Amino acid sequence: MKKALLKFFERIEPDKKKSPFLHTLYDGFFTFALTPPHVTSGGVHIRDGMDLKRQMVHVVFALLLLYLFGMYNVGHQHFVALGQYPAFFSGFHLKLIFGIILMLPIFVVTHVVGLGIEFYYAYKKGHGIEEGFLVSGALIPLIMPPDIPLWILALSVAFAVWIGKEAFGGTGMNVLNIALLARVFVFFAYPTYISGDEAWVAGLEKVAAGASVDYGWIHLHFFNPIFESFGWATYNPAATVVDGFSGATPLSLAFHNGWEAVMHSYTPNQMLWGLIPGSVGETSKPLIIIGALFLILTNIADWRIMLSMVGGAVVMAMLFNGWQATEFMKVPWYYQFYMGSFWFAMAFMATDPVTAASTPAGKWIYGFLIGAIGMIIRVLNPAYPEGWMLAILFMNVFAPLIDHYVLQGNMSRRLKRAKAAA
Amino acid sequence: MLIASAAWAQGAHGSSGSGNILLYALISVAVLVFFYIVVQVSDSLLVIESRQNSSTANSNANFSLFPSWKEIFAPRLPDFLKNKPITILKRGHDILLEGEAARVVDKSVAANTYAVQPPNFVGISPIPKMMVEVGTEVKAGDPLFHDKTRPELMWVAPVSGEVVAINRGEKRAITSVAILADKEMKYRSLPSFKLEDSTREALVSFLLDAGAWPLICQRPFGVMADIGEAPRDIFISTFDTAPLAPDLNFVVEGKEEAFQKGLDVLNKLTAGKVHLGLDGRGKQEPHKAFTEARGVELHYFHGKHPIGNVGVQIHHIQPIAAGDKVWSLGVQEVIALGRLFTEGRYNAERVVAVAGAELKEPKYVNTYLGAKMGNLVEGNLANGHVRLISGDVLSGEAKTAEDFLNYHDDQVTVVREGDEFTVFGWLLPSLNTPSISKTFPSAFMPKMKFRAETNTHGEKRAFVVTGSYEKVLPMDIHPQELFKSILIGDFEKMEGLGIYELLEEDVALCEFVCVSKQPIQHILRQGLDMMREQS
Repeated sequence: MKKALLKFFERIEPDKKKSPFLHTLYDGFFTFALTPPHVTSGGVHIRDGMDLKRQMVHVVFALLLLYLFGMYNVGHQHFVALGQYPAFFSGFHLKLIFGIILMLPIFVVTHVVGLGIEFYYAYKKGHGIEEGFLVSGALIPLIMPPDIPLWILALSVAFAVWIGKEAFGGTGMNVLNIALLARVFVFFAYPTYISGDEAWVAGLEKVAAGASVDYGWIHLHFFNPIFESFGWATYNPAATVVDGFSGATPLSLAFHNGWEAVMHSYTPNQMLWGLIPGSVGETSKPLIIIGALFLILTNIADWRIMLSMVGGAVVMAMLFNGWQATEFMKVPWYYQFYMGSFWFAMAFMATDPVTAASTPAGKWIYGFLIGAIGMIIRVLNPAYPEGWMLAILFMNVFAPLIDHYVLQGNMSRRLKRAKAAA
Repeated sequence: MLIASAAWAQGAHGSSGSGNILLYALISVAVLVFFYIVVQVSDSLLVIESRQNSSTANSNANFSLFPSWKEIFAPRLPDFLKNKPITILKRGHDILLEGEAARVVDKSVAANTYAVQPPNFVGISPIPKMMVEVGTEVKAGDPLFHDKTRPELMWVAPVSGEVVAINRGEKRAITSVAILADKEMKYRSLPSFKLEDSTREALVSFLLDAGAWPLICQRPFGVMADIGEAPRDIFISTFDTAPLAPDLNFVVEGKEEAFQKGLDVLNKLTAGKVHLGLDGRGKQEPHKAFTEARGVELHYFHGKHPIGNVGVQIHHIQPIAAGDKVWSLGVQEVIALGRLFTEGRYNAERVVAVAGAELKEPKYVNTYLGAKMGNLVEGNLANGHVRLISGDVLSGEAKTAEDFLNYHDDQVTVVREGDEFTVFGWLLPSLNTPSISKTFPSAFMPKMKFRAETNTHGEKRAFVVTGSYEKVLPMDIHPQELFKSILIGDFEKMEGLGIYELLEEDVALCEFVCVSKQPIQHILRQGLDMMREQS
């Protein structure tokens, strides 16, 4: 197989001088399929088997379950709004196909835009294609609302990769988390697509009782005949949104009317397992925690950041419990962790090694402050009932400062030691 | 307390049952915290009091009522370490490789050519002044060349014979002076020297004349030792934890007297102490030559590689501060130093471990400094496509069969060249890949041995991952920030972050684990050179 692959790549190799861009692209795919036969020279003679590709791919592995669940849940929420197939596994093929039809274009657009820019810069600067976008590209679809218009998505990804990363020098040089930068771009430029009650349930003309569904050609004229031929249930273009459905997420309910209101619409179990509207990948807490444990066990993400972030959020939520000034503050602190995207932010966003603090002590501080500040934004900010994105971006900016003081501590310790010895 | 009182307010509002449970929980936590503080404060006072009254000078004694964390989590130590000063370090990584040298010294392996190589020494002029020419007959111990700026600093022939080549490299710098060895070794005899009733100055000039000065390595920077200045302390590590390193307990066997003599000499050279780092890892006590060494301070170390590196040991005994100068020597160098006095001649004999999975029989050989690499492995290679390394796989130097063993090395490692493609190398959980990452199955088999090969397993990238260097560098140093400060040439930060405490061998494991495949040792040397030029 190795020989056949090598031969194949040999045959398709473009000329480096005539078409350098194509060659960069070729090189990217080639090194992906076959680890090059480079040997060490100077320095160490043997190297650890870990490289950046492997590191990044394992983060993607940790996200796979979330992709599966997220796609299905997008379909599930759609049918819940219509009052059809309320049980989780009923209408399985409809929900799954609905989710795939929505998610596939999001995934493709993210990668075409992001990787396109990445490839262009690799060619322009004459280095190999770096793997940073493997993870960013896998994260972005999971943190977008399912109904996001593709042109907005393309704009936001381009902004994040171009301004957020390449302008700073490429992979490993960015100050802000790329995936969150894409999301925050949508949040500030097109707020109606990513906040409020409308954004989180897909495939409806409008989130209001009696509104009709919004199926495309592919649902009605491609999949419906297939399903019919098997004798399965089909998409019903005449279905309408049921009475009393608001599409509101638990967070927005809690923000306005407290925990009681949340309990009217959702059970704690639903929120735990993720059968609620929200961004694609953020809803299922157990699956996220499985991913987080995988990252911790493989030493890919830093447990210090995760643990201290939980600590910061718990402390802040307890303080709010004591304060009790608004309905949201009265939500018991442990229920805060049933709602919103805390776990996803903790496992996959805060732990980004490039933008997080780099010293061990700095990581404790960094994580704790994200937890505390994120909870403050969630509970106190009337404009936006979720805080992790803003908190992480905020702390991204401060991470170098935290590191600076940790390093100063190390330096003054060394100086003191020298003085004591002298 | 703030939380507790806040919860009190909540309770006063008369909320639901869960609020009450929360309230009680918080109150009990607050009570526990209160008692903890009371006990902790009184315990601290007790400690201060007993410190002041205690007569023992042992600053490590624990006067507290409670065992310290270190005591609770200390690994179970063997009996010989009871009541010994031991430093236990958690961080580090042992790379276990196949092809360990069998504990036999093969005396039949003899090299025909030996060389002294000026590039082995940092901080001397690249074109030293030659004192011999091609064709000169020399005895072992006869001077070959001296440093241009310090003419008293001489290098001598390790063996007797004929100078056959003076090889030159770039800009006519001398790369090696090769000697074709006699069958029967002839030595230049040295005048007898009474160590007890001589001054330091006399000893120094004796050592310079004998050509023993290059045996000493000076930190920071790993340069030739200053002649006029006494070092703060002298450090010797008596165990080597690098992959396939020679067992120094085995090497010192039969040379106890020379080793002790060498220590006595070193004691004379420093106003400070001579520190001996001892192996506290095994079940067995290290060799008596080490444990019963006189006139030195013993320090046991327990942990993983690079704990056998003298740099790590210095850091935990007394770190090198700006302005400090300390010396370090290897065990065999101390023996060579001692032999000047016990044998009255410069005897450059050296036991070298020839190791690696690509050898038919890995073993120890008895040879001299600077032996020809090809001679040492002749007839012993099981595989043709290999790399010969003078030193270990982490910080050694690649050599051809025509090259020579480096001056400070007592190890030759032979590893397979890994210049092959691997299909989906970033994905496969391949078994024969040493790694600290748990994405390889080997992480769950800590005793597993690897057959080393030289593939880089990936391409060079920018620094992305954080925290992996720290895992393998058991020092209070932030390696990644230090390397970045070197790359941007920030002198203040380099010094502040402890560049003086490091040499290439100490950060070699950082380079091994580096996910971005950065040339860490090279970067560090750049930084050291910059700092050296500054000072």
